[in-house]
Amino acid sequence: MAVTTDQEQHGLTAHSHGAGAPISSRADHFTSFDVNAFEVPGGREEIWRFTPMKRLANLHNGAEATGTANVEVNAPDGVTVETVARGDERLGVAGTPGDRVAAQAWSSFTEATVVTLPGDAKSEPTTITVTGAGEGQVAYGHLHVHAKQFAEAVVVIDHRGSGAYADNVEFVVGDGAHLTVVAIQDWADDAVHVSSHHAKLGRDASFKHTVITLGGNVVRLTPVVTYTGRGGDAELLGLYFADAGQHLEHRTFIDHSASNCRSNVVYKGALQGEDAHTVWIGDVLIRAAAEGTETFELNRNLVLTDGARADSVPNLEIETGEIEGAGHASATGRFDDEQLFYLQARGIPEDQARRLVVRGFFHEILLKIAVPEVRERLEAAIEAELEAVGV
Amino acid sequence: MATLEIKDLHVSVNTDEGSKEILKGVDLTIKAGETHAIMGPNGSGKSTLSYAIAGHPKYDVTSGTVLLDGENVLDMTVDERARAGLFLAMQYPVEVPGVSMSNFLRTAATAVRGEAPKLRHWVKEVKEAMSELDIDPAFAERSVNEGFSGGEKKRHEILQLGLLKPKVAILDETDSGLDVDALRVVSEGVNRYKQSGDVGVMLITHYTRILKYISPDFVHVFAGGRIAESGGPELADQLEAEGYVKYIGKPEAAGIA
Ligand SMILES: Nc1ncnc2c1ncn2[C@@H]1O[C@H](COP(=O)(O)OP(=O)(O)OP(=O)(O)O)[C@@H](O)[C@H]1O
Ligand SMILES: [Mg+2]
Repeated sequence: MAVTTDQEQHGLTAHSHGAGAPISSRADHFTSFDVNAFEVPGGREEIWRFTPMKRLANLHNGAEATGTANVEVNAPDGVTVETVARGDERLGVAGTPGDRVAAQAWSSFTEATVVTLPGDAKSEPTTITVTGAGEGQVAYGHLHVHAKQFAEAVVVIDHRGSGAYADNVEFVVGDGAHLTVVAIQDWADDAVHVSSHHAKLGRDASFKHTVITLGGNVVRLTPVVTYTGRGGDAELLGLYFADAGQHLEHRTFIDHSASNCRSNVVYKGALQGEDAHTVWIGDVLIRAAAEGTETFELNRNLVLTDGARADSVPNLEIETGEIEGAGHASATGRFDDEQLFYLQARGIPEDQARRLVVRGFFHEILLKIAVPEVRERLEAAIEAELEAVGV
Repeated sequence: MATLEIKDLHVSVNTDEGSKEILKGVDLTIKAGETHAIMGPNGSGKSTLSYAIAGHPKYDVTSGTVLLDGENVLDMTVDERARAGLFLAMQYPVEVPGVSMSNFLRTAATAVRGEAPKLRHWVKEVKEAMSELDIDPAFAERSVNEGFSGGEKKRHEILQLGLLKPKVAILDETDSGLDVDALRVVSEGVNRYKQSGDVGVMLITHYTRILKYISPDFVHVFAGGRIAESGGPELADQLEAEGYVKYIGKPEAAGIA
């Protein structure tokens, strides 16, 4: 059984819920393209309180770019890939930076990559490989992905390499478009990555966003979803695996401002080793206009060894009573000894039994990854993670 | 010839309040070809006995021995015990989300048999075993025990028994929660296992009704953490008529409830 569980289900009543510290309304959250509009965070601020500021390579404190990340796009026919300068009018339309590092990245990138997925067509997967500028280097970037009306496309963003990297990634999902994104953070051990994803969904648009975070010293990812018309559907999935010393932080924010939209957030993480630390903050705001909203979010963490720590804070704010349904659940548990006992009692050796349980824990997310190559790579990566600690 | 020997077994359970002695000197020998029914009131320690033999980490053996064919079971890890030929059909089988029944069964069979069963034979073997227990083939793709009804869980325990073919099987209240049809199907499964080789069975039960399907060679009354009385099948009839009152000092029927 889990050692600590905290389960909350919320019905149709208007209220807000924050686990722990008092939280001001997400509706008042400050955003700006101007880096100087943000104070340099010290680490006590609500949105930074879990982040190890000292390990951010000063991305929050004006670090100058010393290099550039290499962006390589492998796109099928029909998909347009451009490298554009600052000032291209398409940039920045999906969302405004919500913290100082995002604003710094916005102010500091020199060129952006724009990927346009054709409308009324089904495209083969596009792969964008982002390689860090190298150990000790600082780089900023910007990526803009536009799925035009009725597009049906898959984009895999694969982060690897070394160095500190801050960026904004935009997803503009046109009316009726279906965009599937898989963002993989498989950085080298030294890497620091602070990233904001801004998704803007058109009417009846469907957006499936999967985050997979495995490697890096500090990874802090902030996916934000907004809706511009009714009928939008966002599914945010996350899978992370933190080893000794790693800090992996995911902060999802679903801003329901249009009516009859849906969102579903499922993040699952495993932790092992001394000072492995994961953070999941799941903010959902259902504004007064967002009648008929249906939302659910869930975070589960599996702590495999002593010395690891998972923070999990769901936060649901509801400003209208006219919703379809809203709920959240969060649980952090130890490895389940009863499951282990059961499998071992059938002759399965302990290490193999542990792997079965961990794989089983991630199963529901793996199942939903629509790109077979990514799923296989991920299964292999999880296997390797488990081997590394000898479980 | 398989023999399970339990000698003067004392077992404590680790609770939040500390350690509490549950088994107070259990002696029992089960030989191949024998079926021993262990009957006793709630809380008398029957499950504790089965968990301790299987090696559940919550239970501490404070003294005594358990030998399987002369080998000290207590020195073995949980999985070693299973590979040595012990099997415990649990009173409350555990759910393992995300692990399919078919993957689980194959992994277990591979571990116990020492090599992966040939896929073609295996598929057929599992299919037959499932149909003998009236288990819908769709269960193979479901997560282990997850969302199974009580009866479905018990059927799957017996499915595993048939596939893993242990030397000694401990069946902890496999009959509880079964309706009449399921009881018959499950009992037939146990009897098939008994006929399949020289195996020993420890059949833990609270009620006598399963003994109409699975005939015991010996019946033991378990009370207060030890065997209070042993006899032949006639002892079950006596329990049916008199209940456990004699052993616990308060009336509790063994046959009705
Ligand atoms: N994990 C545990 N923590 C605390 N007490 C326990 C634990 N396991 C067993 N016990 C206690 O030990 C005693 C024996 O329990 P056990 O489950 O072995 O009985 P049983 O004979 O199998 O009962 P039943 O017929 O209800 O299955 C009971 O008083 C029970 O409360
Ligand atoms: Mg019991």
